[in-house]
Amino acid sequence: MDFNDTQEEAAFRAEAAAWLKANVPSQEELAGLDEIAAAKLWQKRKYDAGWACIRWEKQFGGREANAIEQVIWNQEEAKYNTPGGVFVIGQGMAAPTLMTWGKPEHHERFLPKLASGEEIWCQLFSEPAGGSDLAALRTKAERDGDDWVINGQKIWTSGAHYSDYGILVVRTDPNVAKHKGLSYFFLDMKSPGVEIKPIKQLTGGANFNEVYFTDVRIPDSQRLGEVGQGWQVALTTLMNERAAIGGGGAGVNVDVAYRIASEVMIDDKPAIEDSAVRAKLADWYVQESGLRFTGYRSMTAMSRGEIPGPENSIGKLVGAPKTQEMASFCMDLLEMSGAIWDENLSKEAGLLQLTYMGAPGGRIAGGTDEIMANIIAERVLGMPQEPRMDKGMSFSEVPTGSN
Amino acid sequence: MNFEFSDEQELLREQARGFLAEHCPPTAVRAVLDGDADYDAALWQKIVEMGWTATVIPEEFGGLGLSYLELVVIAEELGRSVAPVPFSSSVYLATEALMACGSQEQKEKWLPLLAAGEAIGTFALAEGNGRPSVKSLTTRMDGSGLNGRKLPVADGRAADFAVVVGSSQSGDGASWYLVELDQDGVSRETVRTLDFSRGHAVVEFKNANAELLGGEGAGWAATERLLDRAAVLFAWEQVGLADAAMIQARDYAMGRYAFGRAIASYQAIKHKLANMYVKNTLARSNCYYGAWALNTDSAELPLAAATARVGAIKAAVFAAEENVQTHGGMGFTWEFDCQFYYRRAKLLGVNVGSEGYWQDRLVTAYEQNNAA
Repeated sequence: MDFNDTQEEAAFRAEAAAWLKANVPSQEELAGLDEIAAAKLWQKRKYDAGWACIRWEKQFGGREANAIEQVIWNQEEAKYNTPGGVFVIGQGMAAPTLMTWGKPEHHERFLPKLASGEEIWCQLFSEPAGGSDLAALRTKAERDGDDWVINGQKIWTSGAHYSDYGILVVRTDPNVAKHKGLSYFFLDMKSPGVEIKPIKQLTGGANFNEVYFTDVRIPDSQRLGEVGQGWQVALTTLMNERAAIGGGGAGVNVDVAYRIASEVMIDDKPAIEDSAVRAKLADWYVQESGLRFTGYRSMTAMSRGEIPGPENSIGKLVGAPKTQEMASFCMDLLEMSGAIWDENLSKEAGLLQLTYMGAPGGRIAGGTDEIMANIIAERVLGMPQEPRMDKGMSFSEVPTGSN
Repeated sequence: MNFEFSDEQELLREQARGFLAEHCPPTAVRAVLDGDADYDAALWQKIVEMGWTATVIPEEFGGLGLSYLELVVIAEELGRSVAPVPFSSSVYLATEALMACGSQEQKEKWLPLLAAGEAIGTFALAEGNGRPSVKSLTTRMDGSGLNGRKLPVADGRAADFAVVVGSSQSGDGASWYLVELDQDGVSRETVRTLDFSRGHAVVEFKNANAELLGGEGAGWAATERLLDRAAVLFAWEQVGLADAAMIQARDYAMGRYAFGRAIASYQAIKHKLANMYVKNTLARSNCYYGAWALNTDSAELPLAAATARVGAIKAAVFAAEENVQTHGGMGFTWEFDCQFYYRRAKLLGVNVGSEGYWQDRLVTAYEQNNAA
């Protein structure tokens, strides 16, 4: 065990830091660019210099870095506020699925453009009738010559409106048990018959969408895995999703909370001198630090050839509620002004309210807190599933509700 | 960077676990709990023979000169088996105190005895209810010797000597005094605690012979440093205990049926167990950081130790409490072993300072790191 860099690691860190210092885009450079354009600019710059998706094979744009080098790179890049969230689904979820289940021609065609940020991908999994119970999805695919014809609806699709490609799970056989009748495809989001409608979120923003499919044709060559094997392929994506969404120290973290607690007063003394405030900050520090080192341990395991497993659910399960609690607590520290969401009237307005309003999404996206807890109990601790009313039934016989 | 134990350390863990499974089964814990002995002397002797008490003591003083990474592996397994022995007092506290502040002569006298298990040491700080401070100390050195009363002192009856924190003779802050406990000036009586598988005593000093350990007036800073180091080792015991309590709860839930199915299949129980797993995992990862900081004597030790300790207190207490809950009525009986974890988790949670104390230390260390 050694939390310090080896000589090689220190050299790698120095090289990464020097490159970042010279190349992170300035505010002036990004001025006037929207989120997508800014992210693409930065991603392309990294790609051209060999700093994109650094663990990937060189031929696909990576540098074949090891897991510890990935940790180092993440630490160094995190020192800057760089744009890039739009690539999480493509690079973090679609790409590993392509690597595991795709053919060499898929790799050659898609991985380099995923790494360079030229193409953005989205994930078409959830449906109105299939959220936590994802395998209950109903969008159907029927074989027609060399194509499949897709009809149905997806929901909660982040970034569908700016994505070039999507990964898609559909039902190819309703007459077998629900997990067995699924198949997995990817498709061009500009395909005829794809209609995207934004959903306004409780934050007021609209980053996710409903996606409707009307006789959308997908060539069979864009199937990943066998027909009927879609659930297993989807699990590859979901495992990587939980690792990709992770804890996320962004938004309101201990550093932010500490700064606010040092500035606001309780009974004419800085709030940070209050023992109840200190206790809360300490507990959140324990969580942040615990998640960081759990991530590092998992990197060490990966560097020894182990694949990321269900234990990665912990990042999201701890991180998302923590973010919500911390934003809520920081607003409490501001007392009656905690409600103000106007930067002209309150110095702290903005970050806290935006984080708080966005937090419920973090606790739901990519598997709710409750599903994450089930995964840990069942797949890490080996506890049995709840009895299922649909067990052994063909999908077409499964009862449905009104919501 | 490397965030795992070495193969050799993993081998040590396997050996330690196997050894304790054989020599410290639940019946051994129960025997001390039900009996009058302060500790399991036979188990202690075997632990000494394994060399565990000598782990980090340098070879020149009769030790094995191994690192703290080996010691934390042993600590975790002792916590897992709820071992009824004076290991923490003698190894994490007394041995550490001597290595940190002992004169060459004091080290030469005591470290070989500690390594060989021929002496047991302890550390005496508390003087009754409340958080000790330099100002609160009433134990004091004066011209006629050491006077005062320490309560509770872990392993106070089993120990041959204690490192006692008292007011300095010069009146300048606190100092450490090394006191041999088998003398006329010292009286000791058993104190009943919530975990009587571990012995505790009230120790009174009346003009007791005592020698300075470390500098006059340097005792309080030394105490905080010692507690930082011990906090990491206690945290590893707590993590071992938390893991054992979680596994006991899981196994019971798998075999216990209600309404026609294993209670382990109910989400109310699964989420409880998942919560234990999460707390244990965060605590363990923070303990890695603590172990590294302890082993390298890093400037980050105060922050790393407090972080490990706070997480481990929470994990152990939660797992122990919810393990009883998962067992239902049977968990509340004397007959079931759930009580071992329940008692020990709370004892360990206050032994070297409470959760509140360490939360405060954590934020202080965070502030100091930021200022640096």
